[in-house]
Amino acid sequence: MFLSSNPQLNKNGELHHLLSIEGLPADLLRQILDTAESFVGVTQREVKKVPLLRGKAIFNLFFEPSTRTRTTFEIAAKRLSADVINLAINVSSQSKGESVLDTVANLAAMQADMFIVRHSQSGAPHLIARHVNEEIHVINAGDGRHAHPTQGLLDVFTIRHYKQDFTKLRVAIVGDVLHSRVARSQIHALRTLGVPELRVIGPKTLLPSNVDNLGVHVYHDMAKGLKDIDVVMMLRLQNERMQGSFLPSPQEFFKFYGLTMEKLALARPDAIVLHPGPMNRGVEIDSVVADGNQSVILPQVTFGIAIRMAVMSILAGN
Amino acid sequence: MSVRALPDAEALLTSLVQQMRPHVSPMTGLIGIVTGGAWLAERLHAALGLKVPFGTLDVSFYRDDFQHKGLKRKVAPSDIPFEVDACDLILIDDVLYTGRTIRAAMNELFDYGRPSRIRLASLVDRGGRELPIAAQFVGANIELAKGESIELTRDAQGRLALMLTRE
Repeated sequence: MFLSSNPQLNKNGELHHLLSIEGLPADLLRQILDTAESFVGVTQREVKKVPLLRGKAIFNLFFEPSTRTRTTFEIAAKRLSADVINLAINVSSQSKGESVLDTVANLAAMQADMFIVRHSQSGAPHLIARHVNEEIHVINAGDGRHAHPTQGLLDVFTIRHYKQDFTKLRVAIVGDVLHSRVARSQIHALRTLGVPELRVIGPKTLLPSNVDNLGVHVYHDMAKGLKDIDVVMMLRLQNERMQGSFLPSPQEFFKFYGLTMEKLALARPDAIVLHPGPMNRGVEIDSVVADGNQSVILPQVTFGIAIRMAVMSILAGN
Repeated sequence: MSVRALPDAEALLTSLVQQMRPHVSPMTGLIGIVTGGAWLAERLHAALGLKVPFGTLDVSFYRDDFQHKGLKRKVAPSDIPFEVDACDLILIDDVLYTGRTIRAAMNELFDYGRPSRIRLASLVDRGGRELPIAAQFVGANIELAKGESIELTRDAQGRLALMLTRE
């Protein structure tokens, strides 16, 4: 359904929207990571703010609720001095029968400069990006099972912070890959940046049937999958997947795929552990690991703000 | 087209050191603007024997031409390893021109604290000011034609040189 040319890039090949990491060149990903590096310094200062997006109106359009992601985008926009308007749309116009595009057209008429879009349907941010006028930038904040590009970027930023060189790493993504937009974005980012060995570990019912097409190695056994791993990327097991045929029970999942100290000991001794949050302690990750010294889960949150500042300012400048 | 002789950057740096020496104390803070100003700050800091470590600023997040030019490809993190509040500062730049970079630098500095004073040192002043900004310490005044610009370079041995470029 996508156009042959990348709909995220303008005619100069610069990033105009951020909809998906898929198809973005490594150089562009590095530009985002390098810019975020400079914003980390800003967020540690007395005045955690720069005037870059002063006077810009940024709309958080959340068609699917998410307090955390919305908050990090809001903080990032405010640290760039933009004005932020939060809209939880499932409770307003959608219930009155207004279409997504009508909502967006109305907001555009209010001189919006940027839309941050979260939607339960894959492709909704693309649809919006195709219909807004060319001064408006769209950032995908998670669409269905498709993509969550800023999460993927903050994950690779965190990995680069602790491990520097992508080209020597073995990385494992563990858990519910099937339903995870985060996993898709992570896989595209890690492959583009040159990670030589990428594994996914999970039960057959939670791995997509075509996952090896993405250039990853598939494991169903943690003991084998975690061997010699430098980076363990845990995924959140979503509550709604725990019923039905995907999984027998959360306890059963924890027994086989929950990250405990014993399982983590199978990876390299200096392996780091990531999780996109919010965590289900005792389901996909043991508290001892989540709070342990190999966990970089809280730094991920801090870096997430810098990454979103970088993406917003690069888009607004293009 | 004649190749114009530019002054020796190392000699201008020596002149800056001599001008600045009577006007600094060990507690004066030097802040170099990336990239040329940061090289100069490093050299001046050593030559003047200052106690306070020197800082560097990349003013990209404070520029007034962001709307037209966007963000440059590589923004270096600003690094000020001392307390700016109540500090006597000297901003260091390689080429002073419109004054807009200096304005951006001052805006950024005030997000770190309230300095007691800010002065400005520049290796070269090429005129053409668009803002009411003047340097207290200047290595040389150089007049340039439209479309010309001067750039500071540093070789592998750390030697500084000025380079004239034409559009």
